[in-house]
Amino acid sequence: MNDRITRILETLACWTLALLWAGPLLFALWAAFHGQEYLTRLDPTAPLTLDNFAQAWATAPFARYYLNTLAYTLCTLAGQFVLCTLAAYAFARFRFPGRDVAFMLVLVQLMIMPDQLIVENYQIMSALGLVDTIAGISLPYVASAFGIFLLRQTFKQVPVELEEAALVEGASRLQVLTKVYIPLGRPTYLAYGLVSVSYHWNNFLWPIVITNSVTTRPLTVGLAIFGAPESGVHFPIISAGTLIAVAPLLLAFLLFQRQFVQSFMRAGIK
Amino acid sequence: MKSVFRKAALAGVLVLAVALCLPGLSRAKDIELTMYYPVSVGGPITGIIDGMIGQFQAENPGIKVKAVYAGNYDDTRVKALAALKAGEPVQLSVLFSIDVFDLMDEDVVVPFDELVASDADRQWMQSFYPALMQNGMVDGKTYGIPFQRSTIVMYYNKDAFREVGLDPETPPATWDEMVEMGKKLTKRDASGKVERWGVSIPSTGYPYWMFGALAMQNGQELMNDKGDATMFDAPACVEALQFWRDLGAKHQVMAEGTIDWGTLRQKFLEGATAMMWHTTGNLTPVRNGASFEFGVAMLPAAKRRGSPTGGGNFYVFKQATPEERQAALTFIKWMTAPERTAAWSMQTGYVATRPDAYETQTLRQYVQEFPPAAVARDQFQFATAEFSTHETARVKKFLDDALQAVLTGQKEPAQALAEAQKGAERVLKAYR
Amino acid sequence: MTRISRTPQWLYGWLLLLPSAVLLIAFTHYPIVRTLYNSFFTTPRGRIPARFIGLENYQALLHDEIFLRVLVNNFLFALGTIPASVGLALLMAVWVNGTLPGRALARTSFFTPTVLPMVAVANIWLFFYTPQVGILEKMLAPFGIHGVNWLGDPSTVLWCLAVMAVWKEAGFFMIFYLAALQGVPPDLTEAARIEGAGRWYCFRRITWPLLMPTTIFVLLNATINCFKLVDHLFIMTKGGPDNASSLLLYYIYETAFAYWDTAYASTLTVVLLGLLALTALVQFLYLERRAHYR
Repeated sequence: MNDRITRILETLACWTLALLWAGPLLFALWAAFHGQEYLTRLDPTAPLTLDNFAQAWATAPFARYYLNTLAYTLCTLAGQFVLCTLAAYAFARFRFPGRDVAFMLVLVQLMIMPDQLIVENYQIMSALGLVDTIAGISLPYVASAFGIFLLRQTFKQVPVELEEAALVEGASRLQVLTKVYIPLGRPTYLAYGLVSVSYHWNNFLWPIVITNSVTTRPLTVGLAIFGAPESGVHFPIISAGTLIAVAPLLLAFLLFQRQFVQSFMRAGIK
Repeated sequence: MKSVFRKAALAGVLVLAVALCLPGLSRAKDIELTMYYPVSVGGPITGIIDGMIGQFQAENPGIKVKAVYAGNYDDTRVKALAALKAGEPVQLSVLFSIDVFDLMDEDVVVPFDELVASDADRQWMQSFYPALMQNGMVDGKTYGIPFQRSTIVMYYNKDAFREVGLDPETPPATWDEMVEMGKKLTKRDASGKVERWGVSIPSTGYPYWMFGALAMQNGQELMNDKGDATMFDAPACVEALQFWRDLGAKHQVMAEGTIDWGTLRQKFLEGATAMMWHTTGNLTPVRNGASFEFGVAMLPAAKRRGSPTGGGNFYVFKQATPEERQAALTFIKWMTAPERTAAWSMQTGYVATRPDAYETQTLRQYVQEFPPAAVARDQFQFATAEFSTHETARVKKFLDDALQAVLTGQKEPAQALAEAQKGAERVLKAYR
Repeated sequence: MTRISRTPQWLYGWLLLLPSAVLLIAFTHYPIVRTLYNSFFTTPRGRIPARFIGLENYQALLHDEIFLRVLVNNFLFALGTIPASVGLALLMAVWVNGTLPGRALARTSFFTPTVLPMVAVANIWLFFYTPQVGILEKMLAPFGIHGVNWLGDPSTVLWCLAVMAVWKEAGFFMIFYLAALQGVPPDLTEAARIEGAGRWYCFRRITWPLLMPTTIFVLLNATINCFKLVDHLFIMTKGGPDNASSLLLYYIYETAFAYWDTAYASTLTVVLLGLLALTALVQFLYLERRAHYR
């Protein structure tokens, strides 16, 4: 009896919390699909409208922002996959002088990300002529300590015998990497890929520093500019713009929720 | 897996290459001008500007203008300066009118006096409202030509005025009247909850701008013409700030704490405040959004009326070649011609920058149909320069912090302003 | 093994590492060193070059009220977000890991904020906190709470932002607990239950100690996040009113990119890096001493 009451109470508490957590997004949905006059009047019979989306879309170059975000996110990811794979392989399977020191130095980036070094990194990019380019947004993240760490752990679990067998058959080291290690590391790549894409899709501080114009500005920066106009905000349109910006990642998450959650889990357990 | 990787990498490289090439596609013999332009929201204004540029290019073959929309005024200054420091080709820009000292300190702007050659050009420089020229002139030289300019006006809800028995055609003309009317207009329900405030003066975003109005109305300017000294701690300033604080704390006609710049229009449109001080740039959105009859009035007076101007000026940069400078001048003259200024003002709600624009057929008719459009013009005779000094961003931060500290009840006006003055002194003494 | 003998292993290793090393040095290590170096100079302005001034920038720090304010704010923000988000994360994980009806939906709901950008979250929450017309005002009105100027009052603004941060982060930390809970052998708790131990007792004596490494990992993450999370300030308060909601990293941004005082911004960055290093050190020492960590 006592147990049942606890269970019911617990269920209710859990649902309340879940509702609280879903609330803000549900509200944004409400605001985006209704006229200004229904903003705080949650009348279920209120007429739905797509006007806010039309206006938001017409107000800011979201299509261009999408393209920029995609370019930035995918370039970063591609670079990370290649560079981190090579470095992780080196750390996992090679013995070379300075390896442990080098690994410690790599780990520094787990703690101090480029996001905290905006002042100097901006000047470096400026010297390299990479301000306001996709490469400029991407480069500081391409060599990722997190990726190297994760892949190194994965590669270390691959039995050495597999590699030796391949080498005996005459495969080169790089062939071993692509034929043995990378296929076996697939779940890690998926996990790391999802974490990386979510991170960079949502990244803001460095992009706002390094981008100047519509041709490079990613969605988050575009959204921030869109959301703070000089003359004042119009919430239904802001909500619509916000939803436009988050829709792809949000939909991907809702569709592939299990993969997302497992990826984040996998990436978190070191 | 391998081929997937190769493809992914290849795709990445391709996307990267395309993205890198995009900005640099157009190369021709024409004189190419790049202009940074401050708009936060893309839509309406970028469309209008792009349209104007298109028309200009059609009429002036040989000159190409590219506008880079970089966000609000602060963002645009940061971005334009960064581009200039990096040596990127930027020949002209519309930037905050108050950035003039910073642009001079960075040694990047050319005065228009060096660009104009003919008497007609010199006359053109005289054709704008003097109040709008103040921020662009230093030591007798003109560095900025007014374009996207605004000023503060008072929007009020006529229906609310009627409801409490006030004459909707007589908005408050003095501080005292504003307080008296504000008391009548402030509406509380049975539990004491405020349903509508009498008046709201925003205090985030641009608190120093609002304070510039209050101080001027009390007969005090905030800085000198050279931009190397501030008068924050003048008694008239302290008084003005005390009044601002009292609106909430003593008279209770305004919400206490800071009032958000961005969401204030929303509150006005929902009837949550009967009067609001805001930029003329809001005229069109308010007109489109109001479900009640609203009016626009000049700001009230204490010792006199007063409102600072605001907004963006055209600047031409030193790094432009002589040909580019002339092309830039041609473009700026074209953009500020009376009929275009008139059209610009009607489309955006920004003020028309010259008297003869208000004489054009179109604008005269517009003002007749929509009298609020003329309030900003009429207020020009009382207008002053917007707050501007060397290292403006930093100095105005001292003032902004002081204002917010007082409005939130953390500090007393005299103390807060004295501290702000001390901070400003520390920065500015290097420039004397 | 014939191929390998041609290239020595050490060289091969370094070659594999080289691309990453170059980028890491260029955008992490070199900037760290430069930050430190530049903090001993003045900011070059216009045609005036930088000048060595020793520790003057650091002395200025001690007299900089805004700096002290943002430091305290950062500390309060950590206090407001870390225990709450970690505690809620654990609660969520226990619920979602259990057998409650609707737990899949709850999990989705808890985790969703994690995939949203902070800028988007701030856009939405800004309207919650808007006085008079905002959602919070309407929701609290029946309880007689009204007229609170949530973001315009120095005494509430930081906590409002902390609540939002907890909402954003708890679901992220939940994932780690969820993973850890799934690793707890069920027979362990079952055995205890059979012996008549209460649920709370089981949790406290069996589950909680087993979750210790996760808790430490999450705490480390939460602490670092506190210093990184500033995106919302750009949208909601710009650090105001009177710096009441400003945080160290935001102040660094302002100093560097609004005032162009890069030398002072470097000095501030040194403090930030010092704090991060300290966090790492504390946690590292604690880990060494305490947790059964691999």
